[in-house]
Amino acid sequence: MALTGVLRPGHAQVRVLNLEESVRFYRDVLGLVETGRDAQGRVYFKCWDERDHNSYVIREADRAGIDFFGFRVLDKATLDKFDADLRAYGLATERIPAGEMLETGERVRFTLPSGHVMELFADKTKVGNGIPLVNPAPWCKARDHGIAPIRLDHALLYGPNVAEVQKIFTEVLGFYLVERVLTPDGNANAAIWLSCGQKVHDIAFAEYPEPGKLHHCSFLMESWDQVLRAGDIMSMNQVAVDIGPTRHGVTRGCTIYAWDPSGNRFETFMGGHLPYPDYETMTWTFDNFGQGLDYPQRKLHETFLSVVS
Amino acid sequence: MAHTVSIEDADVRYACAPQESLLSGLHRLGLRGIPVGCRGGGCGVCKVEITEGEFSTRTMSRDHVSDDDLAHRRLLACRVYPSSDLSLKVIGKLQKKVCTPADRPLP
Repeated sequence: MALTGVLRPGHAQVRVLNLEESVRFYRDVLGLVETGRDAQGRVYFKCWDERDHNSYVIREADRAGIDFFGFRVLDKATLDKFDADLRAYGLATERIPAGEMLETGERVRFTLPSGHVMELFADKTKVGNGIPLVNPAPWCKARDHGIAPIRLDHALLYGPNVAEVQKIFTEVLGFYLVERVLTPDGNANAAIWLSCGQKVHDIAFAEYPEPGKLHHCSFLMESWDQVLRAGDIMSMNQVAVDIGPTRHGVTRGCTIYAWDPSGNRFETFMGGHLPYPDYETMTWTFDNFGQGLDYPQRKLHETFLSVVS
Repeated sequence: MAHTVSIEDADVRYACAPQESLLSGLHRLGLRGIPVGCRGGGCGVCKVEITEGEFSTRTMSRDHVSDDDLAHRRLLACRVYPSSDLSLKVIGKLQKKVCTPADRPLP
């Protein structure tokens, strides 16, 4: 089997300022499937085509932002090995018992030098995507409810010490660097895009003085047409849109950035090139960051660099 | 009925309805003066100090609005709704902080 180790982004837990307003947004506007609520008051969602019980969890808090981002790894042995490897590398890890999140197995939690809490897990109940495994239809009714992305694709996180974060992902967790934007002096990376498979990114980071900040969680759309439809639905519901619809130079992905009702940015994303682990990293100089962000407009939108939660 | 909002130091006055936030009232008219970010009370860039007038608010992220800020009416314009004519000062700003290491002062 070629794809081992870390398989994919598995869950994000995001803080919202008003729970029920946010549930209505994520369920009826973004079109996620609500799959449960727990004793802590957290609400669990998945995208319609995801098979695991949950991928996006919200909880009410007095500040916006992200609590943690988790990756699914191949199996229990892989989880234990990553735990040992992270400790050997010098990071403290913590075990969160199975069941602390609904339908989710034991998690290994650690904090990056950027201030972000990361998790690895090997088990989450497969609830299916509403389509049978035998003679499956290509989609089900849930695809037409709201924006209806097909999966949690990646996150972009802002914080300090991006060079150290890159080392942890590439030297311990088996990711590779797909693209990067250099700092203005060209001596370091201002932003990095990391993949654990053949997606153009599974997680990305940008250098930022405040730790632990969320730039966006990204949701995958099936087509450019679906991205445009997402933009229509955003306007119909007066969602605050940041950038797009447009195409990124970095990743080549098509995009809309917008904000949830608490000011957490999210993305409806589609496309991107198809990297392999042996490919050379692609580099953008800082003076071309505008094209990297918004290729048609060649514009380094001010909010991209300065608005986070 | 709309109320008149004045941005001190910017010589901007605009009409804002009670059900419209100070930020969206300004930008719906194509005017500038208060930085626009997430419009959901989460990012903090539209911070203003209300110097005169009455208003209601919706929840704002406490990362950007402390108890002291609340006491001094330093609030996020995207979550403030006028109930009388208002005056305000802009104190939030968009700072390009990407690439600024934590140990270097912000430009």
